[in-house]
Amino acid sequence: MSASLATVSYIAAIILFILSLGGLSNPETSRRGNLYGMIGMAIAVLATVSGPRVTTGGIAWIAIALVAGGAIGLYLARTVKMTQMPELVAFMHSLVGLVAMIVGYASYVDPTATAGMAAAEVTIHHVEVYVGVLIGAVTLSGSVIAFGKLSGRIGGKPLLLPARHWLNLAGLLVVIWFGYRFLGAHSIQEGMTPIIVMSVIALLFGIHMVMAIGGADMPVVVSMLNSYSGWAAAATGFMLSNDLLIVTGALVGSSGAILSYIMCRAMNRNFISVIAGGFGGETSAPSAGGAAQPAGEVVPVNAQEAADLLREAKSVVIVPGYGMAVAQAQHTVYEITKRLRELGKTVRFGIHPVAGRMPGHMNVLLAEAKVPYDIVLEMDEINGDFPDTDVSMVIGANDIVNPSAQEDPSSPIAGMPVLEVWKAHTSIVMKRSMASGYAGVDNPLFYKDNNRMLFGDAKKMLDEVLVALKG
Amino acid sequence: MPQVIGVPKEVFPGEKRVATVPEVVEKLRKLGFGVLVESGAGDAANCADETYVAAGAEIAPDAKTLWSKADIVFKVRAPSPEEVSLIREGTALVSFIWPAQNPQLMEALAARKATVLAIDALPRMLSRAQKMDALTSMAGISGYRAVIEAANAFGRFFSGQITAAGKVPPAKVFVAGAGVAGLAAIGTAASLGAIVRANDTRAEVADQVKSLGGEFVKVDYEEEGSGGGGYAKVMSEGFQKAQRDMYAKQASEVDIIITTALIPGKPAPKLITADMVRSMRAGSVIVDMAGEQGGNCELTVPGEAVVRHGVTIIGYTDLPSRLAKQSSTLYATNLFRLAEELCKTKDGLINVNMEDDALRGLTVIKDGTVTWPAPPPKLPAAAVQAPKPAMPPPAPKGHGSGSEPMAAGPLAILFAVAAVLFGLIGAYAPAAFLGHFTVFVLACFVGYMVVWNVTPALHTPLMSVTNAISSIIIIGALVQIAPPFVAAVAGEGARPDEIIRWLAVAGIALTAVNMFGGFAVTQRMLSMFQK
Repeated sequence: MSASLATVSYIAAIILFILSLGGLSNPETSRRGNLYGMIGMAIAVLATVSGPRVTTGGIAWIAIALVAGGAIGLYLARTVKMTQMPELVAFMHSLVGLVAMIVGYASYVDPTATAGMAAAEVTIHHVEVYVGVLIGAVTLSGSVIAFGKLSGRIGGKPLLLPARHWLNLAGLLVVIWFGYRFLGAHSIQEGMTPIIVMSVIALLFGIHMVMAIGGADMPVVVSMLNSYSGWAAAATGFMLSNDLLIVTGALVGSSGAILSYIMCRAMNRNFISVIAGGFGGETSAPSAGGAAQPAGEVVPVNAQEAADLLREAKSVVIVPGYGMAVAQAQHTVYEITKRLRELGKTVRFGIHPVAGRMPGHMNVLLAEAKVPYDIVLEMDEINGDFPDTDVSMVIGANDIVNPSAQEDPSSPIAGMPVLEVWKAHTSIVMKRSMASGYAGVDNPLFYKDNNRMLFGDAKKMLDEVLVALKG
Repeated sequence: MPQVIGVPKEVFPGEKRVATVPEVVEKLRKLGFGVLVESGAGDAANCADETYVAAGAEIAPDAKTLWSKADIVFKVRAPSPEEVSLIREGTALVSFIWPAQNPQLMEALAARKATVLAIDALPRMLSRAQKMDALTSMAGISGYRAVIEAANAFGRFFSGQITAAGKVPPAKVFVAGAGVAGLAAIGTAASLGAIVRANDTRAEVADQVKSLGGEFVKVDYEEEGSGGGGYAKVMSEGFQKAQRDMYAKQASEVDIIITTALIPGKPAPKLITADMVRSMRAGSVIVDMAGEQGGNCELTVPGEAVVRHGVTIIGYTDLPSRLAKQSSTLYATNLFRLAEELCKTKDGLINVNMEDDALRGLTVIKDGTVTWPAPPPKLPAAAVQAPKPAMPPPAPKGHGSGSEPMAAGPLAILFAVAAVLFGLIGAYAPAAFLGHFTVFVLACFVGYMVVWNVTPALHTPLMSVTNAISSIIIIGALVQIAPPFVAAVAGEGARPDEIIRWLAVAGIALTAVNMFGGFAVTQRMLSMFQK
């Protein structure tokens, strides 16, 4: 295959990738979109392998590597539970980061990569290698830590080192200084030390960055790492002068950046402050500063009473949160939904953008449980309907249904968009205990007159509710 | 020794309610109390003695035994003089008392050295107290029953119907006063199919009226009528005139009027004059729920249903008692919630804690000392807050709509920074880099446009598919594995083929995990999204 033919194939692949992302605008077209992605990837790989830059000697190696890696990938994809999707995605991000590092190193030690280049071009190439390895390393270590946090191997509490911002700044300065040394190196051996030191610092930085971010900010972290993995690919593209890599990397990078932005806005938080880590880490403990303590009584109910409330309702809105994922309760939720729909009730779901541990997490869990996607609505679509709703049922969510975000300007979460479940005639909150949510803010919803608390493990309680509904 | 709650049979003529029902007896026993019920106490409310026994209560043969054995007495109506004479020293009495209207009763009770909790003296604005609010639960029942009584006396359907025998117009109901009773009446009448209109001097209840299916009729006069504690206040003369005009107009139009207007400690306002009654069609019905306080209608005879000028005027004062089972159950639950507050330790011993706002308000006599009226309770901060500062509504967001336009200042800075950056790149970067840079910037914009169109429900598949696509980095490893021979540049030494190959093979294998895994899991997820 000639160089021109390879380039044209790359253009085809780019178009297919864009179509692939475009297809996700709607569940109906999304499966086709994914297919486009696969075709595009196949074209890109085939065009590269049969193109002028790979000789026949490498094909056997490529085939072996592809088969080995592909088998592992398919196995993971088959066996992963939908509640574990955030972990899987974080794990895959770390792979992209690692490969970006590997390719960067390989490109640096390869003298043919810079053969025939002018001095300025060599410098630019080296900058690209340096930046590519840097981003790759941050993505790698950050994703590994995110994976650990999401899978529960590392505690979810933010780790806040003293003077952590200064540590980061010092790290950045060292990286810049070694970058200068790296560019000034006369031989590959001489350049190895700075790039290795930089890699270590970048890895530490990635660890430190994600360690400082707590549990409920994870959607931002996951989408941010998604973005980084794209930029790593784009940097590799610059390094190898490959437009396909640049375009694809930019697509992925901007996609992740937009997701991070959406997540931050859904939490009414500034992107910088999320990255800087810790919720209200510097400010004093929330609600201690004279913020009005919610007054009133918590009214607990049992599963039977909750079922009675549901039975008497005409329209029900279910608001799931991370607690549903933890308890693996989505299938029971579906059974309850089915039962209620058989009884002629309108049942809908209200999804907050940051419910769960990654963007769209709840939607995937509900889809897995066969909940039809047309009754699963976004926050903005459902919020206006709460006043006409008889029962809103909150399953394992807290901050995303906290009325103080709207009512108490001094609350740490003031201004965060929330699901207005308290506007329904009755709300039922399922929770393990009265503990406050991730933000450490007491939730006045629990004390509202029209609220009922159903304490216990979400799965167990929902099973009991289901039995009571069927009885 | 756990204390015993005694429930006597109500002695007031015609009173059918009872202060506790068997279902609640069980709950009271769980709090540690013994329960003693006078024989026949629940008969009129369909609660036989046996059902009380089955729930764990004991039966006292007569009132005398009951009053002598009980430490706490739950009653509905205020005690009669005979009952007062039976009270032992130190007994706690919980019932309706109406201390303002019954000064002699208060004196007599104080003389018996009892502790008296008047359920009607509950501070209603404490949200914590609402579960004990028997006035509310009784008022709700009254509102319901008022409509039923009206329907009973009214000669037509409530709902409009088209039948083979002709068209039936829906009944028009006007509800004066949209408190708890009024709202219950509105809801009941609307669910029977009537056209319901309602008025209240407190403008803020208009939304509640609408939510129950009623139409709010405004008085054509500006004045705020909220008096506190959920009641209205006396209005100015000008307002009253405008209100009378409005009532006169409604009276001539509607079939049924239900009045619920009460002002605490004052006789009920006379809203419906004899002239207005005369203007109503024959066969119309007025249910005057304020009968006990003199009535809202001039022609009301408290406690009776009379026909005046062809209009049935119902002035029953025992509407809750006419729904004895329901009102007994709710009242019993209210008293149970009160018992919970009195006995937080669940050991069957009550503690009348005068520091507690709700209990302080309820307690009108403590060990023979009159403690009524209670000082106004310390209100929770939220309740006295001025109109809440309304949060600006969250900006309309979601896919497709993009973000709101940025403010001009930051936008200008952004453009300036971008211009400097582009200037630097243009001045120093070689041409080959610029070509790639162009592609990069354009691709970022394409990505931006495309991704904003992704529906939030598919954000997880979006992440996994972009993740799969980012394995395009495999190309970097592919071109390194076995490139065509290029003469080594002098001075840089030979290409370390082995190292690079192993690195590249590792890279390919790792990305393959990502590529195949990413697409496969995306496919798996997307196939789950079903309508």
